[in-house]
Amino acid sequence: MTMSDAAPKKTDSTYEKDQVVQIINSVISKVGGTGDLSRDAIFKELGDLKKIIEDARAEMRQAGASDIKGKHIPTATDELDEVVKATAEATGTIMDACDVIQEKAGAAGGENGDAIGAEVMKIYEACSFQDITGQRITKVVTSLKAIEEKVDNLMAVLGGASSGAAASAVSEDARTGDEALLNGPQMPDQAMGQEDIDDLLSELFD
Amino acid sequence: MAVDKDMNVLIVDDYNTMLRIIKNLLKQLGFNNVDEATDGTMAFEKVKQKTYGLIISDWNMEPMTGIEFLRLVRGSGEVYKDTPFIMITAESKTENVVAAKQAGVNNYIVKPFNAETLKTKISTVLGEFD
Repeated sequence: MTMSDAAPKKTDSTYEKDQVVQIINSVISKVGGTGDLSRDAIFKELGDLKKIIEDARAEMRQAGASDIKGKHIPTATDELDEVVKATAEATGTIMDACDVIQEKAGAAGGENGDAIGAEVMKIYEACSFQDITGQRITKVVTSLKAIEEKVDNLMAVLGGASSGAAASAVSEDARTGDEALLNGPQMPDQAMGQEDIDDLLSELFD
Repeated sequence: MAVDKDMNVLIVDDYNTMLRIIKNLLKQLGFNNVDEATDGTMAFEKVKQKTYGLIISDWNMEPMTGIEFLRLVRGSGEVYKDTPFIMITAESKTENVVAAKQAGVNNYIVKPFNAETLKTKISTVLGEFD
């Protein structure tokens, strides 16, 4: 049975696995074969491929792929930038207040002054959340930009508009050297704690 | 040997929040001569102009990262060959710690951290506090 006998079949809005590859292999074997070349058979199979590509383009239009690239991702990254900005401002305000309280506590002195000063220190320490969340959000923005790049490339391949703007984005997996060491905060279940790092450093300094 | 709290300390971080936190913690520990920089390039300019007894730096900064800054410091001659350098960073992978050690770091603090951890690490590289 040739592939031309088996027209592309959609299953749950997607083509059966490897169907495109099978059609292409079939065309290649016909063109490269030594037997009689049936132009009709090749045209039929190329027609099947054309239909798959057209359906894929239609599905991308239906999914609003250009909206994902042109609207949703830029909006999401803008929103996240605003989150970073807002938390930075709020943290600054909290620390300004801490400075004043710390000064007053120092001036007041005594047991209460010391206790207030110690609690203010804890607030200061807790404010480091802004740095950590900022770095995590930056990682999310990088992931969104990678998705944007993939959508952009897909649209280009399938004939959609492509700005090419995202093409220069660096794939995380391709990074080497110092660049590969820049990963920001790890998820808690994957991160090394201070004790782990102390142990590792001890080994390294031995 | 007691820590000389009059020494010049340089702190480097691209987040103003972190600079304020570290500066405040250092102030609580008695260090008052604290300079700030927001990336490795600015920090290295300061290192060329003044002698620091302790450098505390973030890793993930642009355009110059903390580890690039560390390498520059270690390569800048006798004055900074042994200057205590503590990395404070959210980069907590084994390869990061190993790379920092190879570049000449003296200690490594993972974010988020607290005043006690900072004090302990400073003691480790400088000596006991009074």
